[in-house]
Amino acid sequence: MRNYNEETLAELLRTLPAPPEAWVRAAQEIPLARRGLDDIVERARADQAFREALVADLERALQDAGYDADPALADAVRERLSY
Amino acid sequence: MQVLQSDAQLVARCRQGDDDAWRELVERFSRYVYAIAVQAYRLPPSDAEDVFQEVFARAYENLHKLRDDSAIRPWLAQLTRRLCLDTIRASSRVQPEESVEPLEVDDAITKLDEALVVHEALATLPDNCREILDRFFARDESYRNIGEALDLPAGTIASRISRCLVKLRGELEGRKPASAESGG
Repeated sequence: MRNYNEETLAELLRTLPAPPEAWVRAAQEIPLARRGLDDIVERARADQAFREALVADLERALQDAGYDADPALADAVRERLSY
Repeated sequence: MQVLQSDAQLVARCRQGDDDAWRELVERFSRYVYAIAVQAYRLPPSDAEDVFQEVFARAYENLHKLRDDSAIRPWLAQLTRRLCLDTIRASSRVQPEESVEPLEVDDAITKLDEALVVHEALATLPDNCREILDRFFARDESYRNIGEALDLPAGTIASRISRCLVKLRGELEGRKPASAESGG
């Protein structure tokens, strides 16, 4: 078994510094972001006016509909709607 | 003392769509993924951030493909390594067949594995110990800052750190070796 003396523990604790909090928060919000994506795509399929607004100016249509102006989300919507 | 769920239990909850479990999984492995990118592969911050987000995005999408839930740690390590290598290749424009793997990456990741076990043990300590050890060692805060944040006299910080290290050592030495292997 490893000998965990004080110096070893200190070194191992220092070995894993925390990443920036914003990075962690963004990763933790992935499920929410994905659900937003699904909602948008579903609404675009059901609502012709929304779909046309997305095609005309996707970022603006998302903002007008109350979604975050997230480029990754916009790219994902664009990709999903192109199928 | 807190009792942590095993990696396998956490993965199973994530797969059932439990958002709290996903947040906990990210919290548990965020330092590990970050350290592989910035320590083992020495990626600059902007590349490291891209890799970090991509690792968790792909993990979320592909969690159902994980054959052994307890193998989440090596799975994330492998995913992070692959994305780091892709990033290095893309930025250095080397030929695909050329090796861009930095020397001693395996050694670095072995050390990170060990550090993660220590952090998991740290997570089971009482709040006061967890907080003070994390602030001093992992966040590199001064005695003064720790004292102000935790409302403790700065002169007592060193002795508290020492006592908490003893508790941490006791927690680690009381563990079965198998828990370190499984990451649980």
